[in-house]
Amino acid sequence: MTAFFNEMYQGQQVRAPYAALGDWMQSMPAELRSLKQAEAEQLFRRIGITFAVYGEGGDPDRLIPFDMFPRVFTAGEWSRLERGIKQRAKALNAFLVDVYGRGEIVRAGRIPGNLVYQNAAYEKAVVGIKPPKGVYSHIVGIDLVRTGPDDFFVLEDNCRTPSGVSYMLENREIMMRMFPDLFRANRIEPVDNYPEILRRTLASVAPAKCKGDPTVVILTPGHFNSAYYEHSFLADLMGVELVEGQDLFVEGEFVWMRTTEGPRRVDVIYRRIDDAFIDPLCFRPDSMLGIPGLMDVYRSGGVSICSAPGAGVADDKAVYTFVPEMVRFYLGEEPLLQNVPTWQCGKADDLAHVLDKLPELVVKEVHGSGGYGMLVGPKSSKAEIEAFRARIVADPGNYIAQPTLALSTTPTFVNEGVAPRHVDLRPYCLVGESIELVPGGLTRVALKEGSLVVNSSQGGGVKDTWVLAE
Amino acid sequence: MWLTVDHQTRYTYAQPVRAVVQSHRLTPSAFDGQRLIDWEITVSDGVMGSRFRDGAGDQIQAWTVLGPVSEIVVRVRGTVETLDLAGVLRGHRETVAPQAYLRPTDATRADQAIAALAAQVAGTAGGLEQAHALAGAVADAIAYQPGTTHSRTTAAEAMAAGQGVCQDHAHVLIAAARHLGCPARYVSGYLQAGADGQAHEAAHAWAELWLSGLGWVGFDPANRCCPDARYIRLGSGMDAPDAAPIRGIARGVSREAMDVTVAVTASQQ
Repeated sequence: MTAFFNEMYQGQQVRAPYAALGDWMQSMPAELRSLKQAEAEQLFRRIGITFAVYGEGGDPDRLIPFDMFPRVFTAGEWSRLERGIKQRAKALNAFLVDVYGRGEIVRAGRIPGNLVYQNAAYEKAVVGIKPPKGVYSHIVGIDLVRTGPDDFFVLEDNCRTPSGVSYMLENREIMMRMFPDLFRANRIEPVDNYPEILRRTLASVAPAKCKGDPTVVILTPGHFNSAYYEHSFLADLMGVELVEGQDLFVEGEFVWMRTTEGPRRVDVIYRRIDDAFIDPLCFRPDSMLGIPGLMDVYRSGGVSICSAPGAGVADDKAVYTFVPEMVRFYLGEEPLLQNVPTWQCGKADDLAHVLDKLPELVVKEVHGSGGYGMLVGPKSSKAEIEAFRARIVADPGNYIAQPTLALSTTPTFVNEGVAPRHVDLRPYCLVGESIELVPGGLTRVALKEGSLVVNSSQGGGVKDTWVLAE
Repeated sequence: MWLTVDHQTRYTYAQPVRAVVQSHRLTPSAFDGQRLIDWEITVSDGVMGSRFRDGAGDQIQAWTVLGPVSEIVVRVRGTVETLDLAGVLRGHRETVAPQAYLRPTDATRADQAIAALAAQVAGTAGGLEQAHALAGAVADAIAYQPGTTHSRTTAAEAMAAGQGVCQDHAHVLIAAARHLGCPARYVSGYLQAGADGQAHEAAHAWAELWLSGLGWVGFDPANRCCPDARYIRLGSGMDAPDAAPIRGIARGVSREAMDVTVAVTASQQ
């Protein structure tokens, strides 16, 4: 039996970050707790935020369960994390500028060329383009797990359009409304300035052709998209227009937005649409969501697109293995955040190791997401393991394997009271003229006892994430 | 040789459309085998958009036409001085890594028949000799027969049919070359129709293969040769749709008809 790091308790001792929460927890009788839980659920429903994290799909009208027990970091813990996250975001952007430029990292033999240039997310159309401030990925969502007091691992990087930040903001909002005393008694770093920092970040990468105050918009695929709530929520908080493809058009050298006062030039587009769909003239010709001609305007410096087309090549599961190498190559530093060791079943040696150690490993499909199509060896029966073994052998290239990480636990409200449950963390790093990280993020929690799968489609919930002020 | 081009594309819409956006790759490539004498592109009622050279070295020019409009004429006229470089794309400035041209696309995916075709030459010395052998094998496998394939025919479909036009020849050659690990791409351009009747299509297409030591080298299976002074190179892409000289979209629903005339003639210096 693995010992899991409990973020609140070390034996009988309460760790420093959670000192204030022990009493709070004790002071809440069961009746009050269920009352509060019902209140929280009602607030979420009224806001209209429902089930849709990370494009997992599922019932769009289902609420994602919210756990009221906060997840807490001290200022010291956070500043270490912050340095690691910013370092990684910087390296990922340097990599993108490089592989769409001279490709020095490939020439130097530090990453195989086929992983980059033959990658489905590599966009030949943007080769040679250096976006404003040299930034391709403006919002980097880095998924982290913790295994000990100082041990954090990166599960994956999200360089395109990571979602879920609306949960970070709403979770905090609702906690403050329900437990104002907690926030008076503790000095908790605010997260509500995220929309303002995001707006500043987007404005800072306006194209050179833009003189004066840049016009920023959010481009959404529309209300049927599972993250539409988040798109409109962020547009509201930033005070920018939420637009669909049909609201924008290209004329001459620029992109314009239809408004009641006539066309208005658009300088920065925060798009929540995949590359393939943003311009039918350049990518998928059948896309109805995009803006014909957008890429020509972008490529000639008439508009900025965030994230920049082509950014996806940095967050591919195979490229992930090389991120520590990027940190060394571009920044000349040792990576502060570690990768999870990963075996590629497509390689004969790795496959042999994986098949040998299957009961101890987590095996995932290369392109899978949402916690589907994966094997958690230690949590599976012999029969399940053997069935999965057959799938791997039939198509090894489709699988990667990682050691089963002993994900940390935090106290979580359950039917019987309070019990430890496993958690992960997604902070949102903003990259523009400067690199900013709001102290907090989205904590996902596996609500099922013993479960290591935090995905909301597999019984996961969310928590407010606190960073204590010094 | 001096080649004079007159290339006209007329789009007519059954109902007027609100607007049209186009992206052109209609300017001859800048490399040692071509020198522009004069070159003019006009778009009826068009507003000139952004203009830039992309990573593959192609000159891109965007246009918009504000509607309502029911007819658009794109006309390209000009003269280019050409030089026979035996297909070698010498002095062409580009930054896309050749490896990026190894990825298959829907139109250029090698099936078993194309893989078998590639296997025929896999034993040869490699490099230039292998590329010639491959282009020859493609010419043998696909008879020139206009009207049997269409703009969306894939390499595999053309291979199965055993006939097609220059686009199909180029797609099959690209698919086979990539299958052998040789970067390959689609090139669109013009070809002067010779008096001998050997050159078939004035709006023409061929393939380029990346050969170590030589760089990009053109092969035209349709005419069993490498591009020479009769060829004008416009631009390249992963496949025909990606390398299209004109890409356009009309706003507003309407049936579109397209009529193209191309004349390429040798002119006096």
